[in-house]
Amino acid sequence: MISAPTRRHVLAGAAALAVTPMVRPASAQASARVVVIGGGFAGATCARKLHRAGLKVTLVEPSASYISCPFSNAVLGGLRELKDQTFTYEALVREGIALAPIEAKAIDGDARRVTLGDGASLPYDRLILAPGIDIRFDGLQGYDQAASEVLPHAWKAGPQTSLLRRQLEAMDDGGTVVISAPNNPFRCPPGPYERASLIAHYLKTHKPRSKVLILDAKDAFSKQSLFTAAWKELYGEMIEWVGLSAGGKVTEVDPGSKTFITEFGKHRADVGNVIPPQRAGAIAVTSGIADQTGWCPIDPVTFEARQHAGIHVIGDAAIAGGMPKSAFSANAQGKACAQAVTLMLRGEAPPSPKLINSCYSLVAPDYGISVAGVYQPAKGLLADVAGAGGVSAAKAPASVRAAEASYAEAWFKTITHDVFG
Amino acid sequence: MTMAGRASTVLGASVLALVSLAGALAQTPAAPTSGAAAFITSPPGATACLGCHGPEATALPSLARLSARDIETALAEFREDKREPTLMNRIAKGFTAEESKAIAEWLAAHAGKAP
Repeated sequence: MISAPTRRHVLAGAAALAVTPMVRPASAQASARVVVIGGGFAGATCARKLHRAGLKVTLVEPSASYISCPFSNAVLGGLRELKDQTFTYEALVREGIALAPIEAKAIDGDARRVTLGDGASLPYDRLILAPGIDIRFDGLQGYDQAASEVLPHAWKAGPQTSLLRRQLEAMDDGGTVVISAPNNPFRCPPGPYERASLIAHYLKTHKPRSKVLILDAKDAFSKQSLFTAAWKELYGEMIEWVGLSAGGKVTEVDPGSKTFITEFGKHRADVGNVIPPQRAGAIAVTSGIADQTGWCPIDPVTFEARQHAGIHVIGDAAIAGGMPKSAFSANAQGKACAQAVTLMLRGEAPPSPKLINSCYSLVAPDYGISVAGVYQPAKGLLADVAGAGGVSAAKAPASVRAAEASYAEAWFKTITHDVFG
Repeated sequence: MTMAGRASTVLGASVLALVSLAGALAQTPAAPTSGAAAFITSPPGATACLGCHGPEATALPSLARLSARDIETALAEFREDKREPTLMNRIAKGFTAEESKAIAEWLAAHAGKAP
């Protein structure tokens, strides 16, 4: 509204055009080319914002649709269908974003161009890298692509989610579901524990003599006290968690016998879910934007990669300090990065951002818990703002847990609309 | 947009082309507070709120029909533990009174318009 052109602006603009090329800076900015690699929560958010800022945006994403990881544990619990998790890029294309439905093969950061799978070359003024995660099939002995067809990871939603659900449905009552959880950092820190919860919900309803065993490579996890208390309250002894110091770290899997091997012993699964170690999506690694950790260090104000100028990394692939690898973080980073990049293309310094994360987990369909945080740049990272953040109250009536469960669903509806239209 | 339309009516058909050209220019990044790209000048933290609070109310309230004063008051009450929270107290405590005021003003102006 503020900027709707008044008659004076119209005339001034016309005069300027007629006399001198004074508008050139605006035109130059408007034609600045931004390439976004990856159409998940981070990349799609950022692409839409940059397009609204008048920039020429190309989104490089080989998949015709995006299947959301948030709420995919509810698919495993039989509470939702995968189609409810699936979003297309139709709204983005309708808005005028150019979609390159092909894989990004290589980045030449010095020449500022991306090579696509068909050999075509996309030049850019700024590149947004939002490739999400890749499973490290070299990260756990015995766990390769073929093993994931027997012991699904289901950590990228899609066919893997459906496979794990079918296995749960086929399991006999009295079976044991084994979940191995990785060490930090990984996508969706509370995810393995929400998954255990919603699988237990399914089992309690359909196969009540069954068990869920979580073998964990760490001694503490997100929302731990809330999960632990709720498990006891809702599922009795059905869920057992074994942490690192109790011998929970899985060192090898044998897909043939569905066996999880730890330093302390062997656990045979009827259904096995390996949540393996992860790293930034392949393009970040092959282009050298990820460091030796497998993740991408960034400037906390601009999200520009420490490894190369002109390339900004957002979402799960980035090392975002205190911010967890969540969809909410990815969305918030997508917006803050779009703001920074737009201003940088205008030759202006971006302001120091503040970012928010909030993340709900379902322990049961009507039992939600949450974690939240506020972050700002400090000492070169995105650090927690002291005094803010934390998890849901330890003691709360059922009505509060039910409210948080309904907020979780509301959040999903709102954020997916914000990201995908 | 409505202003541009009015201008063209007033000035007549001969300047229509210039009006539409000016309209196009207004949508470039040169227009810092353009309604279509208000996020560019948003205060720190503000755009993240819309991840939960969309243009339409769900189980979570929309901020689109609230005044800046309403939002600022709510943030202050959550920040000072004067309102029964589930999650908002944990977020509100991350912002000063001044930052919250700026966020409230921006959200009141833009929360319903996909900024």
